[in-house]
Amino acid sequence: MTRIDVKKTYKLYIGGAFPRSESGRTYEINDSNGEFIANPAQASRKDLRDAVLAARTSLPGWSGATAFNRGQILYRVAEMMESRSGQFIDEICALEGVTKTVAKKQIEESIDTWVWYSGWCDKISAIAGSTNPVSGPFYNFTTPESMGVIGVFAAQKPSLLGLVQALAPVLAGGNTAVVVTSQKFPLPAISLSEVLATSDVPGGVVNILTGKTNELAPWMASHMDVDGLDISGLSKDVETQTRIEGTENLKRIHRFPDGNSPQRILAFMEDKTVWHPVGI
Amino acid sequence: MTFEYAPAPESTSIVNISDEYGLFINGKFVAPKNGKTFTTINPATEAVLAKIAYAEAADVDKAVAAARVAYVKVWSKISPQERGKYLFRIARIMQERSREFAVLESLDNGKPIRESRDVDVPLAANHFFYHAGWADKLKFAGVGDNPKPLGVAGQIIPWNFPLLMLAWKVAPALAAGNTVVLKPAETTPLTALLFAQVCQQAGLPAGVVNIITGDGKTGSLLVNHPDINKIAFTGSTAVGKGIARAVAGSKKSVTLELGGKAANIVFEDAPIDETIEGIVNGIFFNQGHVCCAGSRLLVQENIHEEILEKLKHRMSQIRVGDPLDKNTDLGAINSASQLARIKSLSDAGDEEGAQRWSPECALPSKGFWFPPTIFTGVTQAHRIAREEIFGPVLSVITFRTPQEAIEKANNTPYGLSAGIWTDKGSRILWTAKHLKAGVIWANTFNKFDPASPFGGYKESGWGREGGRHGLSAYLKGGN
Amino acid sequence: MEWVSDEVKVILFFKVSIYTLDMQLIDGSPQSIKSYLATLSPVDQVGAEARASMLATRSIKTTSKAWAIDCAISMIDLTTLEGSDTDGKVKAICNKAVRPDPTDPTVPHVGAICVYNDMVEVARKHLDSIGGKDIPVAAVSTGFPSGRASREVKKQDTLDALNAGATEIDMVIDRGAFLSGNLEKVFSEIVYIKELCGDRAHLKVILETGELVTLDNVRKASFLAMAAGADFIKTSTGKISPAATPPVVLVMLEAVRDFYAMTGVRIGVKPAGGIRNTKDAIKQLVLVNETAGPEWLTPKLFRIGASALLNDLLMQRMKLRDGHYQGPNYVTLD
Repeated sequence: MTRIDVKKTYKLYIGGAFPRSESGRTYEINDSNGEFIANPAQASRKDLRDAVLAARTSLPGWSGATAFNRGQILYRVAEMMESRSGQFIDEICALEGVTKTVAKKQIEESIDTWVWYSGWCDKISAIAGSTNPVSGPFYNFTTPESMGVIGVFAAQKPSLLGLVQALAPVLAGGNTAVVVTSQKFPLPAISLSEVLATSDVPGGVVNILTGKTNELAPWMASHMDVDGLDISGLSKDVETQTRIEGTENLKRIHRFPDGNSPQRILAFMEDKTVWHPVGI
Repeated sequence: MTFEYAPAPESTSIVNISDEYGLFINGKFVAPKNGKTFTTINPATEAVLAKIAYAEAADVDKAVAAARVAYVKVWSKISPQERGKYLFRIARIMQERSREFAVLESLDNGKPIRESRDVDVPLAANHFFYHAGWADKLKFAGVGDNPKPLGVAGQIIPWNFPLLMLAWKVAPALAAGNTVVLKPAETTPLTALLFAQVCQQAGLPAGVVNIITGDGKTGSLLVNHPDINKIAFTGSTAVGKGIARAVAGSKKSVTLELGGKAANIVFEDAPIDETIEGIVNGIFFNQGHVCCAGSRLLVQENIHEEILEKLKHRMSQIRVGDPLDKNTDLGAINSASQLARIKSLSDAGDEEGAQRWSPECALPSKGFWFPPTIFTGVTQAHRIAREEIFGPVLSVITFRTPQEAIEKANNTPYGLSAGIWTDKGSRILWTAKHLKAGVIWANTFNKFDPASPFGGYKESGWGREGGRHGLSAYLKGGN
Repeated sequence: MEWVSDEVKVILFFKVSIYTLDMQLIDGSPQSIKSYLATLSPVDQVGAEARASMLATRSIKTTSKAWAIDCAISMIDLTTLEGSDTDGKVKAICNKAVRPDPTDPTVPHVGAICVYNDMVEVARKHLDSIGGKDIPVAAVSTGFPSGRASREVKKQDTLDALNAGATEIDMVIDRGAFLSGNLEKVFSEIVYIKELCGDRAHLKVILETGELVTLDNVRKASFLAMAAGADFIKTSTGKISPAATPPVVLVMLEAVRDFYAMTGVRIGVKPAGGIRNTKDAIKQLVLVNETAGPEWLTPKLFRIGASALLNDLLMQRMKLRDGHYQGPNYVTLD
């Protein structure tokens, strides 16, 4: 008799735990051939609310950690992903219908993205900060600081790389994140949450929601305790509405081209300028 | 013996105010298409200063078109170094005509001549001088090797620092290679119109700077104009949100410098006398018409009484009156409507049970005036602790520990500025690190410099102005 | 406390204890001085300078300028402190003190004459003989200007001045002791000289702020001197630059204001050195008016140590009176 596989239940990742949606909803994910794969949770607005709260709660610890420490933790994520790359390759192949080589390239690029941003943590403020030569007896400097809780709408595809390209810079800047995964291809994101949970990323720093992007977008956009949004994965037709809703607390909302750049880190950092007299 | 200071009024003979001003479009003053005008008055006397052209849709179109042509044909073509030289020229002419600018600013705005003369005008000229040097160094500004301007910038500025805000907007825009259409505030257009004459004297190519006068409707036409690439606005958070909504989904990039409700935190070991000066400067500078004003005084409870006693003593020496008198510390409130807002929020403070105190001071019978005022017994729940009053009104709140100070300071949707007063270096850095605000003054307050980025967290706006960071707001690829 | 006789200790205790209502008792011990000074707020140099320069922008015109000029004249400690001083020189400045402008009897006389102790008698006698009985003579003392002398010398220096008729003693503090942290020495020396002055003379304590350098030190030394019994605190000897800069005077005025709030006793302030023209003098009066307050605008509580200043004040006074600018040949050079 052939052994029956033990299949994974794909759940949300909120505050370091793996809850089901409070709504009890799931939705069906099929592979590229239309075969059933899984029933991931379909997150509700209340799950989003809980995720934002978890992100806010974990913010002081994460933003207060030394940049060097954050860099080490992001590097640890890369290590953990590398050791699990087989699992990611299988999921990407099944969902996106790509060859193993293509999937492998995606996971490798994702791992390398973590490594790249890991190294940025303790350099970004040296590159983007400044000492400003003001006229007068004052020492004046500007330094970028973490912005707060950032909502991330990851690219629909490539599902893993798009997510990592959005999430890593948000974390490198010292922010915490609430991620809405690719709607159609959410499984690598859930596996990523398992990686995060077993790396040293504190619970709540990253919160991952699967479900219907356009259902969650307005709640994320209008949430008054979210400071910024990466809408790279949001379709153009809901972008304007999302931006309008985001103005209620003047969220910083950005859409980025593919790829890695220090600008993606800085987009979710705030420049703080400090003045102090120089005297005896 | 009492030492009375005799009146020491600055002469107004240096300024030559026309009866009527047109719109400055394509290098010339032109009448508005429909011939509509409004008046600008001296808020200290309510006397009419001049009739000002009121720009409507056709005029806005004309100004934007002039800016577009100037951008395409001239400003984007000339070498960066030559571009910079125009800005240097403007800076020099502003320095040469500084007294004229200062007197005109005080007449139109109501601010004390000491401030317009010593702060607004020199800083405005410095902004041009500073940014002039950037024009041919943009590739070192941190936004890539070949940074490009955005195009035509629509700029809307407030009435609290009319000329200085003009400089904050126009200087970086031009340095980065953009052309501009600027709308000064309805109640304070005169120094912008004098600046237009400076552009003429500097030989600035026609259309690079266009100045259209009007009210909020004119501003809205500019914001919504399809041929604008960049909106830069300084003003209230409510209007700023409206602008953000209006341009949402468009390709216009936006910088917003909005309101604030800054905490000025005084620890027990603060240098008391300088702290008192800092508190006074924080809230009474420019009649409190300052977005980054230190309007919430957070005092450590164990020195609360000493601070209040000294603050009241110091406030009783504030000289309120004729803005043109060189000894005036607190001038006129800019407009009747702003005065009404200050009064109404102060009344709310009374109704909510806070204790109001002002020193004895005789206010002129004509014009718009409000005495320097503090409210004690204020808690975080009071409206006067949460809403921006934009007037000479200070809310005093106490705290017990540094953590509590931070919690209270950050407990606001705003995040523009904050102050820290303590003799302890490590506490300054700890506090500065935990404050959610874009500009932090430690053992000083309300200091500005073209080299120093300015702008807020949260609902205080988007982006920075000044320094290398501010420049990127006028370049493609900047945040 | 080895400097202080038992008799003085008792008086010191009495004198100091009147100041103890709101602050710790100073018994002259290092610990008591340390804890007393520890209650002082620090001074931020940049902030203090900014305040002083803001007050320097006050524009004093017409009637208020006229008032300020006469006020300043009446506050001058007309000074000559040269190795070359002679009877003739001292008599000349005494004449000037009594009638600064011989052509205009409405000009007030100056606050005092300030000389070395060997000139006190000459000055006193001459003043008395020319109608200047109510002009006090101040003598610099305690090894002026450096203060580097033994206690015996300082004592004799002071007694010489007192015996010659000085009713104001301008003593210098031991800056070396202050800077090396020997505050009890500074304190007890002031107490000692104050005791010698007794009822015979007012004591002005010269801090020599140019050698103390920091404004924190100026504030500390001001409070130390006041607690030790100074009637006046004075900036400088005039032999060291910088001397009476506006930030220094600001900090000293804040000190006397705060000391008054603590004890109810008003101590005077005397800037000396570097105040050469009317503009500078009026800036000083503005500082007084807006810092310590108008109560200090009297020669009893504010003096300006100067020599050349007087003629500039007189020329400005003539300008206000006559409406045209003056030349130096129309005021007397003494």
